[in-house]
Amino acid sequence: MPGRTPESKPEAKPPVKPSDVIVEEKVEVVQKEEKPVAEKITIGELHLSGCTGCLVTLADNYAGLFKLLDDYADLVYALTLVDVRHVPEMDVCLVEGSCCLDDKLSVEELKEARAKSKVLVAYGGCAAYGNITRFCRGGQWNQPGHESYVPISEVVDVDLYIPSCPPCPQEVRNVAVMAYLLLRGNAEQKKLATAYLAPLMQLAQRGDTACGCDLMYDVINQGLCMGCGTCAGTCPVRAITMEYGKPNVNRDQCIKCGACYAQCPRSWLNFDVINNYEGIMDAIKGAMQ
Amino acid sequence: MPSREPCSEVMNMDVLGNYKSVVSARSTDKEILKHSQDGGIITTLFAYALEEGIIDGAIVAGPGSEPWQPEPVVATTKAELLAAAGTRYNISPNLCLIKEVTRSYGLDKVGIVGTPCQMQAVRKAQLYPIGLRDVDDKIALALGIFCMENFSYQGLEAMVEDHCNQKMESVKKMDIGKGKFTVYTERGAVSQMPLKLIHKYVQPGCHVCLDYVANLADISSGSVGSPDGWSTVFVRSTIGNGVWDGAIAAGLFETKPIDKVKPGLDMVTKLATEKITKNQKNVDARKTVGLKADGTPKGLRNPYEGP
Repeated sequence: MPGRTPESKPEAKPPVKPSDVIVEEKVEVVQKEEKPVAEKITIGELHLSGCTGCLVTLADNYAGLFKLLDDYADLVYALTLVDVRHVPEMDVCLVEGSCCLDDKLSVEELKEARAKSKVLVAYGGCAAYGNITRFCRGGQWNQPGHESYVPISEVVDVDLYIPSCPPCPQEVRNVAVMAYLLLRGNAEQKKLATAYLAPLMQLAQRGDTACGCDLMYDVINQGLCMGCGTCAGTCPVRAITMEYGKPNVNRDQCIKCGACYAQCPRSWLNFDVINNYEGIMDAIKGAMQ
Repeated sequence: MPSREPCSEVMNMDVLGNYKSVVSARSTDKEILKHSQDGGIITTLFAYALEEGIIDGAIVAGPGSEPWQPEPVVATTKAELLAAAGTRYNISPNLCLIKEVTRSYGLDKVGIVGTPCQMQAVRKAQLYPIGLRDVDDKIALALGIFCMENFSYQGLEAMVEDHCNQKMESVKKMDIGKGKFTVYTERGAVSQMPLKLIHKYVQPGCHVCLDYVANLADISSGSVGSPDGWSTVFVRSTIGNGVWDGAIAAGLFETKPIDKVKPGLDMVTKLATEKITKNQKNVDARKTVGLKADGTPKGLRNPYEGP
């Protein structure tokens, strides 16, 4: 404000106490943050055509999210949580939502996120498999012209999948801790993180379509189902019931989130990780305390 | 893409898994022994854990809508546990309640019993809780039962009604042991069939299973290795150890050292090795079951190598 300029002049002469205090505080904050920041990894969340349920899931770690942000990762990009307007460089980018091809900005931001991140994660059913956006044929308010939604791997290469709708707070927490160990840990920790993340990376290679049908095609038809019930317990929309010891999928109810197949012990079972469940769970628990 | 160790690594692992102690045991609760398959280990442990507040309830195989059909139920009382005691010889999909038990049932500390494959599912659910929000830290006690193979309900029906010539609803107890599948009826008849005839009724998914004694349970138990009416018990995890020590201190089990009973641990090791060797062959055979145009083998999916 031009009218105020003369008043601000004498401010330079005597040191004003409040502003001194503010400066001191700032320095202190920077110093406190400096050491952990050097070791932390950076994580961002790119929000495409999703419902924000994935982002909320991250926050659903409650105190665990603060622990993650204190010790392991800086959140450098995320809708409402971080005041950064443009996709920055980051170690891990969680992409929420499918990509609307009719929205140029979505396509450009997704490509930019790919270029600027070391690990690109399809975070949640929409990004990985399309999920309910698979049912969109346009005509919806307030963007009736938007009708082409694809899983992000049809636009960019994806390193890792975290399926389900919504995804699980404990799963994204585990992936964040493992990503930290992978990028900042010692040789042994890197080995563990690699083994842990491997099947989720293989899921990203497997394809970008998911459905309760996967239980038929890739488990029962393949002679691998033993009727444990995990798929029915997992389905977020209760589309799966167990009939005479085998899953029965109500296909009209299935939202194509990929949770059932990914959770099935016969989609993958990596003994090198799962046989050490006690030690790994203790390690994650310890890391979060 | 990091390459995975081949599954033959499993062969090198001890076929009995990691355990802190192994013992032959029998419940001291006469009421439980009346209902139990062998030593009443699972029922007694859950009853103890309920009473001590170690669990709020347990997912067990309760009675289903048809005779001998199990249905997963959440037991929160000893009476409900007793109604679920005994072996049903067709799978109870207990994992289908693993999330619901923490929701509409409102349990914070969950017990679950299952076969070795179901214990694998429990541990995968804890390490990779992809669609199982807020479940991983609520599993307080996972009890495993030894399992050679399992049957579909219709397969079991064929064994009991076609081979053994008994009605499903008149059967009091079923048992597998000493090379025979045996059916005991309410009116005292005993029908048997040789085990070699039951193979065609085994679920296909059981042929790739590489675990006999529920290696990933907190405590696992089964009749093999112990005398009639007794069970062999492996105490495996830190959680399992605490619960077992508590139950022993409370006088809930009689025990005998495993090396003092017949047929003993050698029998468990023998059957575990047989199962895992046979099924590892099946897993390997799946890799070359088909034929590509260039004359090289075409394989089926291998869950131990990736999704």
